[in-house]
Amino acid sequence: MTDPSALMLREQFGTPEQQRESATFGMWIFLATEVMLFGALFTAFAVYRMKYPLGFDEGSADMNILLGSINTAVLIASSLTMALSIHAVAINKQVRGYLLLLATAALGLVFLTIKFVEYYQHYEQHKAPGISFVSDKPQAAEMQMFYVFYFVMTGFHAIHMTIGVCLVLVLALRTAAGSFRPAYHTPLEAVGLYWHFVDIVWVFLFAIFYISGLHG
Amino acid sequence: MNSLQLLPESASTFANEWNWLFWMLVALCGFVATGIAVLLIYWVVRYHRKREDELPVQIHGNIKIEAAWSLIPLMLFMGMFAWGARVYFRMERPPDNARAIYAIGKQWMWKFQYVTGQREINTLHVPVGEPVKIIMTSQDAIHSLFVPAFRIKQDVLPQRYTTIWFQATKPGRYHLFCAEYCGTKHSGMIGWVYAMDAHEFQLWMEQGGAEGSLASTGEKLFHQFGCATCHHFDTQGACPMLRDLYGRPVRLTSGETIIADETYLRNKILNPRAQLIEGFQPIMPTFSGQLTEEQVVALIAYIKAIGPRPGTELPVSPGNAPSNYGSQQGIAGPEATSISGSKPRDR
Amino acid sequence: MSTLATPVRAAATPNYLTSERGILSWLLTTDHKRIALLYVFSVTAFFFIGGFFALLMRLELVTPETDLVSPHTYNELFSMHGIIMVWFFLIPSIPNTLGNFLIPMMIGAKDLAFPKLNLASWYVFMLGGMVTLWAMFRGGIDTGWTFYTPFSTVYSQTYVTGAALGVFISGFASIMTGLNFIATIHRLRAPGLTWFRLPLFVWSHYATSVILVLATPVLAVVLSMVAVERIFQVGIFSTPLGGDPVLFQHLFWFYSHPAVYIMVLPGMAVVSELVAAYSRRPVFGYTFVAFASIAIAVIGFLVWGHHMFVAGQSVYSALYFSLLSYMVAVPSAIKVFNWTATVYKGSVSWETPMLYAIGFIGLFTIGGMTGLFLAALGIDVHVTDTYFVIAHFHYIMVGGTVMAYLGGIHYWWPKISGKMYPEGLSKLSALTVFLGFNLTFFPQFVLGYLGMPRRYAAYPAEFQYLHILSTAGATILGAGYLMPLCYFFWAWRHAPEAPPNPWRATGLEWQTPSPPPKHNFEVTPVVTHNAYDYEGMKEELGLD
Repeated sequence: MTDPSALMLREQFGTPEQQRESATFGMWIFLATEVMLFGALFTAFAVYRMKYPLGFDEGSADMNILLGSINTAVLIASSLTMALSIHAVAINKQVRGYLLLLATAALGLVFLTIKFVEYYQHYEQHKAPGISFVSDKPQAAEMQMFYVFYFVMTGFHAIHMTIGVCLVLVLALRTAAGSFRPAYHTPLEAVGLYWHFVDIVWVFLFAIFYISGLHG
Repeated sequence: MNSLQLLPESASTFANEWNWLFWMLVALCGFVATGIAVLLIYWVVRYHRKREDELPVQIHGNIKIEAAWSLIPLMLFMGMFAWGARVYFRMERPPDNARAIYAIGKQWMWKFQYVTGQREINTLHVPVGEPVKIIMTSQDAIHSLFVPAFRIKQDVLPQRYTTIWFQATKPGRYHLFCAEYCGTKHSGMIGWVYAMDAHEFQLWMEQGGAEGSLASTGEKLFHQFGCATCHHFDTQGACPMLRDLYGRPVRLTSGETIIADETYLRNKILNPRAQLIEGFQPIMPTFSGQLTEEQVVALIAYIKAIGPRPGTELPVSPGNAPSNYGSQQGIAGPEATSISGSKPRDR
Repeated sequence: MSTLATPVRAAATPNYLTSERGILSWLLTTDHKRIALLYVFSVTAFFFIGGFFALLMRLELVTPETDLVSPHTYNELFSMHGIIMVWFFLIPSIPNTLGNFLIPMMIGAKDLAFPKLNLASWYVFMLGGMVTLWAMFRGGIDTGWTFYTPFSTVYSQTYVTGAALGVFISGFASIMTGLNFIATIHRLRAPGLTWFRLPLFVWSHYATSVILVLATPVLAVVLSMVAVERIFQVGIFSTPLGGDPVLFQHLFWFYSHPAVYIMVLPGMAVVSELVAAYSRRPVFGYTFVAFASIAIAVIGFLVWGHHMFVAGQSVYSALYFSLLSYMVAVPSAIKVFNWTATVYKGSVSWETPMLYAIGFIGLFTIGGMTGLFLAALGIDVHVTDTYFVIAHFHYIMVGGTVMAYLGGIHYWWPKISGKMYPEGLSKLSALTVFLGFNLTFFPQFVLGYLGMPRRYAAYPAEFQYLHILSTAGATILGAGYLMPLCYFFWAWRHAPEAPPNPWRATGLEWQTPSPPPKHNFEVTPVVTHNAYDYEGMKEELGLD
């Protein structure tokens, strides 16, 4: 049987190592761009949080901490299944790798579902800026700003999650088709990096949106 | 078509400083740029390739020269920075005795309100030889007040007051422009500044505003909109006392301490639930939508005009917790105020 | 590989142009050289579209009144001119054309690290361009390329969201390009090609790429927020919800200032190569020039507030930004001095690319020095938001980057096309461009310090004389740009064949035939020379 790593070697690369290192390096550079993307959002959020501490606390206290915590657990679990799936393929346990990838995608879908449920709850409670926002609290305007950032930032995150779920499903199909071997599974590593990053972003989002209002 | 003009009009105390700095930089940069150009052209000619396969002497570099042309420019740049910063500091610090004029920029005109009550559109009358400061806000987009002859420019923002000041040195008529793009008639948002010598300006001022001074207009509004029912002058009720509030530090419920400047007063009138003073309940109704920007300015002028009653120790919040509000150890010591007087720390 | 050998006729050996034929072989290519040509086609089209808008503006400005177009149309013209020139010409111009074509060749690689990503970037770029043009014609855009709030989100009646979307999409192409270049330069260098043996063209593009990947995402965020604000009528940057329009400016300029270094660093990349080749000398102070590129990229992220000295930020912020802005000028000054010193005792020939390089050095120096004026707080208060700023950045972007682009296109034209270009005509057009440019933009410095604000359709009569000079210059400049368009078309078919190394330059790209084969090198070269090692390579190049 032909060695998949040799088949997969693109002509601009001299060796499989060079190709693998370039691919993972490329993913790290991409993650740097994502740090700047979310960093800009976090910075804008921080500016308004400092300006409107009471309103932002009110908004944070409004969040559904139970669903938020479940989502955090779900994503961390999905990072575990992702890492385990790569390990499985690396030791040539193809079926296990395939199943773990499916589990990762499934957990991602659970996250998105819960997120959608939360969005709908906010909409029902008239906390959806631009669509339906009503509040009789003194800091209504500041709370609305909080919610704008909530929807924009978790929305950006959800878009990244959706892309991630699609990528993981594609990889699951390719694993089932036998594309990956211990000697070659670079796309899994690259998407794994991406998945872990999106997970970490969620942890920060959870902190600023859900936890900061807990005391208040 | 007018004849070609190459030097800008200079009509304020800033203009001279600016001219010196600008033309010195022109001379310095011109000298260096000419030097580079001359060397470059001369060498390009002098070392013109003589034959197709010529290989010249290979020079790779010289650390000393690199250090020289890195450090010398750096030092020159630091000098430019320092000189520019000095001029800028003066531009940003209106003198305490500057005469205040209020400006409202809106699409697409400038509205000026004098403390004595006159209102002008797109024209500004100022005295020569006296510092003038303009406290301005925008009703809509960002504008920018620009008077080239005075070398002054400052953006005008919605929901905030920004300040600009100058001292005119020459009577005359000078362009006034909007310098921040603000929509269709941006290039039409222009006017004239008339600088007049002291006597003529006095005559002009005496024409007065039909409705009386700005602060008296503010006083009428203060009663008309019911502010007086809660904000008493000499007793602290459920509302903070307004005497001597302007320019003082106030402690907010968030823990922050800020200065009660024009922007703060405006925001309190239009959005009172934000920036609550510590110890007070959020019971003030909002006047957003009920007051024009001009009326807000009049109210602020009135609040600024209310001075402290001589010899009074001002009580603070109902809980009597010590705070900076009204404290004699605040930023400004006791000083006489007048209708057109100013407080320190105008932003 | 003698440079003196008779050039091989293209028909005999297949090269990247002839090895595959048909429109699909171009639209689905992953060859970096073909993708570079796809970009040449695109950026040239955008350049002339943006230039057309500028011409209309300059015609309007001949008279003080708004008589050629309405004020609203004028506002749309300067907005469209800015958006197209910044995002659809200047940012991609050199990196996606010359950078794409040359970086793999200069490092001895067969292609970039991610060729399919490269092709995708062109499609994304074109999609962004089409969306932007569609937005412009469907609803117009009159916010300026700077999209300041609250005008753009609350008051503008034009298709802001559409235009913002088009620019947003083009940002992905920028990021893909930068990512590709960084990975390529790190990982695909030929054996023996250490960092300090790289041509300075590569160093400068590396620095550019770092800015591309780190700054562009911030633009994506700020444009998204503008779109959200406009669509949902929520006040992130405008006041109903307590939003701060100055925050918009901070976020916008945090990207847009580094963006100007994205636009000028590739121009400097080209100039380093031209000055070395046409002096037959290594660039003086190679290491300093290399590090200067990195310094410009790093410090360039720290100066954005100098666009906001009168915007309402604190005096202390202004002081900081002024200080840093002076510091970022130092590495640029170092480069100018080093290029000039490269010519000293060199063997200088005066072909068109060298004329463009010399033009760049002069005009970039003037533009950069006027930056020193703008960095001085006291001066900036008077000249910010006036024609002084317009003149400043056009000296750098047009007198700098565009001239470097033209110089680079001429210099590498033989390699790209396998043909020469007409030297007499090209010198004439270089001269036309230089004279037209100065006549257009030098009067604008004067207009600026006299007090003429920018973005004005109508102006006081005393400014007319200078505006007439400027418009006269613009027509000459336009003619100067049309000339290469014409003679390059002609030269592609009819010019004499080019040898592999017509300039006897060092650099791996010149070790290949003109035009090069599809995979650049039959065998990966092993590099034993430093950059610009004329002494070490004199036998190969036939020099003494």
